[in-house]
Amino acid sequence: MNKKGLKDQDNRFRRIWVKLNRNKTALFGSTLIVIYFLSALLAPVLYPGSPSAPNLIRSLEPPSLEHPLGTDELGRTILGRIIHGSRVSLVIAVGVIMVGLLIGVPLGLISGYYGGKIDFGIQRVTDMLLAFPGFLLALALVAVLGVGLKNTITSIGISMVPIYIRLVRGCVLAIREETYVEAARAVGTRDAAILFRHILPNVMVPITVQTSLGMGTAILFAAGLGFLGIGVQPPTPEWGAMLGSARAYIFNAPHVATFPGIAIFLAVLSFNLLGDGLRDALDPRFKI
Amino acid sequence: MLHYVAKRLLFTIPVLIGISLLLFFMLRMLPGDPAQVLAGQMATPEEIQTIRQQLGLDRPIHIQYASFLGRLARLDLGLSARTQNPVIQEIWARLPNTILLAMTAISLACLFGIPAGILSAVRPYSWIDYIVTIAALFGISMPVFWLGLMLVVVFSVILKWLPAGGTGGWQHVILPSITLASFVVAFIARMTRATMLEALSQDYTTTARSKGLTEKTIIIKHALRNALIPIITVVGLQFGLLLGGAVLTETVFAWPGLGRLIVDSILARDYSMIQGTILIFGLLYTLVNLAVDLIYAFVDPRIRYD
Repeated sequence: MNKKGLKDQDNRFRRIWVKLNRNKTALFGSTLIVIYFLSALLAPVLYPGSPSAPNLIRSLEPPSLEHPLGTDELGRTILGRIIHGSRVSLVIAVGVIMVGLLIGVPLGLISGYYGGKIDFGIQRVTDMLLAFPGFLLALALVAVLGVGLKNTITSIGISMVPIYIRLVRGCVLAIREETYVEAARAVGTRDAAILFRHILPNVMVPITVQTSLGMGTAILFAAGLGFLGIGVQPPTPEWGAMLGSARAYIFNAPHVATFPGIAIFLAVLSFNLLGDGLRDALDPRFKI
Repeated sequence: MLHYVAKRLLFTIPVLIGISLLLFFMLRMLPGDPAQVLAGQMATPEEIQTIRQQLGLDRPIHIQYASFLGRLARLDLGLSARTQNPVIQEIWARLPNTILLAMTAISLACLFGIPAGILSAVRPYSWIDYIVTIAALFGISMPVFWLGLMLVVVFSVILKWLPAGGTGGWQHVILPSITLASFVVAFIARMTRATMLEALSQDYTTTARSKGLTEKTIIIKHALRNALIPIITVVGLQFGLLLGGAVLTETVFAWPGLGRLIVDSILARDYSMIQGTILIFGLLYTLVNLAVDLIYAFVDPRIRYD
């Protein structure tokens, strides 16, 4: 991309940034995301000590000054587990997005740019993966790979890959006919350079929107797997797994199930608000 | 019309092949001997050998795949390692429960989502629009399993109005279907609002208004009919989400459907059952997509002449 192209790109990002700053709900979402990130990064400072160490004599205590969100069935403070749980869900969300991006984006670029048999092959594999709803695909992959943090990330990440392939391919199909791509091709620029230096920067905005929405979905899917007992395993403080074990105590200690759910809800809501805001800033026609 | 239906049925074949390939390679991706995996950990060497012969695991991969397709066509999905019953028999026993839950949830979602979206579009940026938009965002972000648990706390534990789980009378369906519908209703309301806003700004709406038609006629006869296609698409697509949500909802409410079956099978490493339930979920999703495409042709006559 030449100097003018870079300047245009800068202006575009600036316009999006200004629009985003005017959107109150997107700002609220961004604030929640900052709190979520800080809580994950500062977990050992905010709640020193092990969040998994049991203290059976204090089990199922309601919220109090000492334990603002109460304690769980093993007497562990729920607030501490939620704070440490934000680390786990952040690791999962980032990991899932990395899997989706690293596999989906290059395949989408190649599929859209080269077309022909390569495109046909990649699209049929994408069709195959899209034949299953996302959560069920992740569930099927967990059944094969097994439970645990790494397999949770891999399974949900693979279920995100077809979304990125379709998104990037669609954008590339339009961009590859642009004059600057033809000009780059005419002066003998290598395909890899065209793809990564000229085309990729122009698909970054839709990828960013999808990434924000995808982070929310990843947290929701991971919590779902954890809740079913086939995601991250106890005693790791994962929000979904916390809800899963709280089910048994819902009749006599409903607070155990209430707070981890609010944490999941707020984390997903924040990424959805930011994603919606980004989409509105990108194209007002998409405003719903 | 018949030509359109035939064409659409043909398009389903590659998807079905895709599903079969995924299921076929699913077992082969597992570490170790697929026969041992299918037979379960308690199986005797003779049982493992029988399964190996049945599956033709010693034969070339394309022959194995052909034989796999043959068994799928006969709905021979093997025996459950957990219960030793035929997989298909257990699936048939549970399928009606999942369909009942899914259909009730999707009906509830349409019943609330479409009118909410219309109201929101007719009065854009009013208090009702803000309420619908916020409620939709909350619905999309809320974990269904948590909402289910909270509904149990309120309606079963505190108010004691409805049962906390299981099956029986119509009361047992209420909480699970509200839980499942909550997720889908948000998407339907958002899509209805967006497409209705667009339809209400079109020239034909202005013409209808200038002819002196009532607002009700304009909204229902002119705008909604034109906005229906994207709404139907979203309802069809949401059916997939609904199947995923059914797995979680059935777990919360101990609802004996396919969702609960697949989770139990994963926990018990019962791979024949996992394969069978995933196949049925995939087929259900494909059939719903096919039905959605066929409904298009009824709703919009332009489509069948394309």
